[in-house]
Amino acid sequence: MALNYDQAVAKYEPTLGLEVHVELNTKSKMFCSCATEFGGAPNTQTCPVCLGMPGALPVVNGRAIESSILIGLALNCSVAPFSRFARKNYFYPDMPKNFQTSQYDEPICVNGYLDIEIETDEGLKAFRVEIERVHMEEDTGKSLHVGGATGRIHGADYSLLDYNRAGIPLVEIVTKIVGGTGKYAPQVARAYVTELRDILRSLGVSDVKMEQGSMRCDVNLSLAPMGSGALGTRSETKNVNSLRSVERAVIGEVIRQSNRLESGERIVQETRHFLEESGQTRPGRSKEQAEDYRYFPEPDLVPVVPDSAWIEELRSTLPEKPSTRRARLQADWSVPDKEMTSLVNAGLLDVVEETIALGAEPTRARSWWLGEVSRLANEREVDPTTLITSAQVAEVIALIESGDLTDKLARQVVEGVIAGEGNPSAVIAQRGLKVVSDDGALMTAIEAAIASQPETAERIRGGNIPAAGALIGAVMKATGGQADAAKVRELLLKHLGQIG
Amino acid sequence: MTTIRSTAAEMAAALAAGTTTSVELTNAHYAQIEKVDGAVHAFLHLDKEGALAQAEAVDAKRKSGTEMPPLAGVPLALKDLLTQKGVPTTCGSRMLEGWRPPYDSTVVSKLKAAGIVILGKTNMDEFAMGSSTENSAYGPTHNPWDLARIPGGSGGGSAAALAAFEAPLAIGSDTGGSIRQPAAVTGTVGVKPTYGGVSRYGLIAFSSSLDQAGPCARTVLDAALLHEVIAGHDERDSTSINAPVPQVVKAAKKLDVKGMKIGVVKELQGEGFQSGVLSRFHESLDALVSAGAELVEVSCPNFDYALAAYYLIAPSECSSNLARFDSMRYGIRVGDNGERSAEEVMKLTRHEGFGPEVKRRIILGTYALSSGYYDAYYGSAQKVRTLIMRDFNAAFAKVDVLVSPTAPTTAFKIGEQVDDPLAMYLNDIATIPVNLAGIGGMSVPCGLAAEDGLPVGFQIMSPAMRDDLMYQVGGTLEAALLSKWGAPILDKAPVLVGN
Repeated sequence: MALNYDQAVAKYEPTLGLEVHVELNTKSKMFCSCATEFGGAPNTQTCPVCLGMPGALPVVNGRAIESSILIGLALNCSVAPFSRFARKNYFYPDMPKNFQTSQYDEPICVNGYLDIEIETDEGLKAFRVEIERVHMEEDTGKSLHVGGATGRIHGADYSLLDYNRAGIPLVEIVTKIVGGTGKYAPQVARAYVTELRDILRSLGVSDVKMEQGSMRCDVNLSLAPMGSGALGTRSETKNVNSLRSVERAVIGEVIRQSNRLESGERIVQETRHFLEESGQTRPGRSKEQAEDYRYFPEPDLVPVVPDSAWIEELRSTLPEKPSTRRARLQADWSVPDKEMTSLVNAGLLDVVEETIALGAEPTRARSWWLGEVSRLANEREVDPTTLITSAQVAEVIALIESGDLTDKLARQVVEGVIAGEGNPSAVIAQRGLKVVSDDGALMTAIEAAIASQPETAERIRGGNIPAAGALIGAVMKATGGQADAAKVRELLLKHLGQIG
Repeated sequence: MTTIRSTAAEMAAALAAGTTTSVELTNAHYAQIEKVDGAVHAFLHLDKEGALAQAEAVDAKRKSGTEMPPLAGVPLALKDLLTQKGVPTTCGSRMLEGWRPPYDSTVVSKLKAAGIVILGKTNMDEFAMGSSTENSAYGPTHNPWDLARIPGGSGGGSAAALAAFEAPLAIGSDTGGSIRQPAAVTGTVGVKPTYGGVSRYGLIAFSSSLDQAGPCARTVLDAALLHEVIAGHDERDSTSINAPVPQVVKAAKKLDVKGMKIGVVKELQGEGFQSGVLSRFHESLDALVSAGAELVEVSCPNFDYALAAYYLIAPSECSSNLARFDSMRYGIRVGDNGERSAEEVMKLTRHEGFGPEVKRRIILGTYALSSGYYDAYYGSAQKVRTLIMRDFNAAFAKVDVLVSPTAPTTAFKIGEQVDDPLAMYLNDIATIPVNLAGIGGMSVPCGLAAEDGLPVGFQIMSPAMRDDLMYQVGGTLEAALLSKWGAPILDKAPVLVGN
């Protein structure tokens, strides 16, 4: 019988390792002055250097070094007084030089950590993820394999190569082995990537758009029998491109690996690809015969030797830590711990802050994002922030506060916005969603309700206020939900002589 | 009167005085090339149109009264591994047949800015791998002293062009001796500047940590004039040194070595060195002593491992540098019939595009960098490199410059060593330590070996960024020998007859 996730983590202890690639948002490439803008016509942002023309030489982008140091400092790493680039040699048509210039055994930053919080059965729990290294490298070009069933180079009719991306600066952030998560491995993975994304965004060094690939995560996962203290063989799931997918990829791999182990099969050390639709992974390249990249120090570049005064200067420019910011926002908004953690782990802190900055009342801003928007996002299996903007949510909340929308109507407006019907005002106009605030129209409905339930009306007149619910419900039904329930209640009670 | 046998300095003076024009000089050299290059084969490509356009522009500018840089209008031959925009650049390889670079190397930009006229591209061992120019995919270059002999390598084309009066100046590149050894065996002057002294941007890499472009000429002063044109910091080359260029022209004109201490390297004059080479070397030492220098014998014990270290480091770097030649973006493409995969086409192209010596070194380097072998080979070689630098540092603490014969023998016969790579590698035994340490080295003609009547080279090595010191010693030695011989050494070379 196949194990489900809960059964799997009852028998096996997962161990994680996370490698996150981040495209820096420098204006020029890692080793030449070509533009890095996304979306240019193919091969228009190239030069002899990033095309690997004979004789061309790289020169390191100083801004990329600065960004890498900032990242290291924000992750509590030590900055290496001496670091070098190396060449990683392998042949592939989208690699102009057939080697990638990348830091290898002498990275720019080492030995840091990142503290995160996850929700557990026993409440909030702090968790420290240790960082092994932060290193710089260049991106490759892009291949488009045309024809053939798989979209891969084998079996394609021909391939198109675009070198605009070749040489875009990348920073890779690699964790040490993350153990001791138990069943919370998926949450730890997600919370780590979320926190990392927030830090990188606060540093302003990258767009950190996972959907566009400016931040990509590789998830390493292995299982060992519970209590064995051993380390199992790991798989490496490549290019997991959303926070939600990070969590799902861990769950998917735990289930897949545990079931292999249960049936007596061994885990193959390999790279795997994440399948968005099913949450499962499919095998990629086997790493059993380790590829030999023949690394050696890049002789065309001098070592990176940042002086300590500069490092300290950079340290002094570090923005407020996301954890400090969270504490500040939590206090400002008076949010309970648990809800704060949910906000953070859902990656909603920024949008909530933006929504509040646009005038929304904090509690409403939180509950809309965490409630209705998240619910709709879950249904659609996407990130909430991709569905609706902060401005749109703020507009909806403003309309609720002004009494133009009821909560129920507002939900319909949000649904309309997400369905692509335009901004809240457009949805309201198109769907005719307006609170019935005309007292006359409401009174007609109230009188009709009293007429149909005279006994209830009598009880209310006799002082049984809770009985009003039935009549209010009838009015709401009669107005198709477009009335403001509080207003109906007020008019009803007044009509029946219960308030002055 | 200026002739093609004049020095570059004399040509420059005549141009400045208006007694000749750049067009005239350029045409005279093309006439000589026309006459002798069928026998010598120094050139792979001539850019007559570009050269004459540059010559005309320089003449017009000078005529208009503009003050011109010192070598403006003087012709030059360019080794075929420096990119020149729009002009075929092959590196002596089939791989790059037909490739026209889309950009100028920094050296070429500087030559153009100085008004120098680039006649064409010279022959070389494929990707600068070799000591005889026999590894060119386009056939060997012949030594003007004896057409049956090699002109040295890899820059045999540049050296032969000078010795055959096809050009008064040339650019070479030196990874293990490719400027100095050809200079030695052709009776010309060749200089490998301090590593980082001349930009490598646009110099097609063989071994990045060793490669250095440098000037080739028939006199020390000419080399110095050209040196000052091409040297200097370049922000496109991270390894280029950001410091003032040593004053080599001034040094070349000093003609005085009084009080200088000259270290004779004990390890570079014994076994394997031809007797005629050694006797000319010792005569030259005497000449320097007569000029006031003090000789000190110096031991550099780690030089014994230089060749072995070099043949690990250079192939390792080349195995990676030459990986880009995969037919995807430039150069030849073999076997792309619409059926074969990219990998198969890469394989076929590399199989046909590279010659045997290049393949040998790529395989050696790939092996030396492999996991499990890296420490034993590449790692150990880097340690040897450090030890050799220490030997030099210790020596330069005691002396101003070091000297040795440039090459252990005079020019050998074409075909004589092609089947014996190890014998071929030994040609660079005295030049390689300089590249490993990144310091400056120069070869100056010091006479003809008695047994074969062929030129011998005298090597001078100077500390990093003290290139001026070797020019000072080289200039003094050249002057002393000239007054002894009464005429430049090339006057003794046979006059080439056109065919």
